[in-house]
Amino acid sequence: MYQFSSKLKIGAIALMVIGLIGIIISFASAPSTEAEAAEILAHQEAAHGAHGEAHGTKTIAHEETHEHTDKEAHYVDTTHEEHPDHHAEEGHDSSHLEHVFHQLQNRPWAAFYVALFFFTFVTVVVFAFLNIQRVAQAGWSIVLFRVMEGISGFLPYVSAIFLVFLVVTAFHGNHLFVWMAEGTVDPSSPNFDPIIANKSGWLNVPRWLICSIIYLVGWNIFRFLNRKYSLLQDNASDLVNYHKNYKIGVAFLAFFIFTESMSVWDWIMGLDPHWFSTLFGWYVFATGVVSALTVIAMVTVYLKSKGYLEIVNNSHLHDLAKFMFGFSIFWTYLWFAQFMLIWYADMPEETTYFVQRFDEYKLLFLGMIPLNFILPVLMLVNSDFKRIPQIVLGAGTIILLGHYIDVFVMIMPATVGDQWGFGWGEIGSVLFFLGLFIYAVFTSISKAPLIAKGNPFLHESEHFHY
Amino acid sequence: MSTNKVIHALYNDDDVLMDAVKTVKEANHHIEEVFTPFPVHGLDKLLGLPHTRLAICAFIYGLCGLSFAIWMTNYMMIEDWPQDIGGKPNFAWVYNMPAFVPIMFELTVFFAAHLMVITFYMRSRLWPFKEAENPDPRTTDDIFLMEIPVEDNEEELTALLNTTNAVEIKVIEKH
Repeated sequence: MYQFSSKLKIGAIALMVIGLIGIIISFASAPSTEAEAAEILAHQEAAHGAHGEAHGTKTIAHEETHEHTDKEAHYVDTTHEEHPDHHAEEGHDSSHLEHVFHQLQNRPWAAFYVALFFFTFVTVVVFAFLNIQRVAQAGWSIVLFRVMEGISGFLPYVSAIFLVFLVVTAFHGNHLFVWMAEGTVDPSSPNFDPIIANKSGWLNVPRWLICSIIYLVGWNIFRFLNRKYSLLQDNASDLVNYHKNYKIGVAFLAFFIFTESMSVWDWIMGLDPHWFSTLFGWYVFATGVVSALTVIAMVTVYLKSKGYLEIVNNSHLHDLAKFMFGFSIFWTYLWFAQFMLIWYADMPEETTYFVQRFDEYKLLFLGMIPLNFILPVLMLVNSDFKRIPQIVLGAGTIILLGHYIDVFVMIMPATVGDQWGFGWGEIGSVLFFLGLFIYAVFTSISKAPLIAKGNPFLHESEHFHY
Repeated sequence: MSTNKVIHALYNDDDVLMDAVKTVKEANHHIEEVFTPFPVHGLDKLLGLPHTRLAICAFIYGLCGLSFAIWMTNYMMIEDWPQDIGGKPNFAWVYNMPAFVPIMFELTVFFAAHLMVITFYMRSRLWPFKEAENPDPRTTDDIFLMEIPVEDNEEELTALLNTTNAVEIKVIEKH
């Protein structure tokens, strides 16, 4: 049995408290009137004299592109007309100020949402990976089942926060989802948006909220059942519970393959209601699965370093690292496939998505290539390196950072535009959920023996060697 | 004289073979070679064979393929015969880079795979029309064969191998 050390517990609670303070500061410092927003803007302009210069070079770059291809530059221009830069000489017209005001108001919500989604999704994908192992009747991973179950034990906590967040969003507590705004489907309203109106069969608040609740509650029911029968199997004399868990796993995976895509449409792709990508569900899943495997590996390495999990050998770690390596490449494949098709086809309604990311998020967007692809591949390509816990931890930290940025770049452009940054809200939210994660996961792990001794494949897993 | 002599011990199961290799190794005898109809998992470790360096070759070959693809796409599509495809700018390689990524990927894989196979053949001294080196054609079907050089200890080795459930043991004069 694992003992949740009081040192770690205090650390987790400290992280939660610091994170919560950060979140509260970010909400308190968000402007509540347009006048306050104007003040923040004026302050920004004064503080970022250098930023104006950078903008100057950007304009030259655009002119260069203009010489070479009228078409591409045209799209760039269009977005600039839609979101006039606040350094533009014509000054701040009132509609622009209103726009920035909403972005600044969105920022603490969006910062919280990025961390909330990232942690929720990684947790549910860890649970999905556990079920893949069950359904495939894999032999190697049995000694890691209690680690995966422990991480899945975080699901009820984040789901509860997520549910509150969804209800607040649905009742207009925040304005992250533009399609929820007043009058977007009403032809007589100045806010009328024909594209959103055409999609109102899917994009309407009751459907959105009910489906979101079904995803979260569904996942939690499967997790509860899985855990229950897994614990019952420990002291069972027959395999009834094992077979029940197998069937639950099959049902969950069938449920998850649909709800994973649909939840991502609802929760992420809906932020850009004009834009769509057919492989979006897979792409976000790739981010989730590589982070999930990393989290499993990190928790395993931690427990092992504390002297638990004696029968986990370096071949188990090797296999986890292989998954981290492979899914990093898989993520790159999907990330690039989504980009390349849109870049090649060059249709304005699709390219706006990437134009905004190239204009306002260039460092983060392109920074994902080294973080999520080049570094993990180079660090984990060597067979021996996959067995060294320090290297797995190092590569894992890079992977988690890179995929947090991936989620950041998915959510932020549509909600805060160019008003993004890493301040109290962003860092506080990550620390809060990290603290909650440590608290929930290690509490869950400490409640059951670390070895699922009733599993019929346990012997095979114990003697697993590469 | 006795240095040319080898013992061939034949087995019909990979688990039995593995146990036999263990026994012989524990008795401190040198195993010259083991012939198997399929790769036996863990046999290389048991025999104490050094780790293959083919993976390092594969990585270098992949880099060669990547470089070749970059050179090739630049020469074909930018320098020699620029083409306007889908209105994309074609005056610099980097502007068209996304279109070349599939080519870069494929040539990396192509070079790594093919050169790795060729390297493996060369390293194993295999080429067309080469005469087979396996001492018993049954090792290509269902029989596992362990070859141990004899150094004036024929009796002792035979006795040891007799305990390992070998289906056949023969002493052979090697040329």
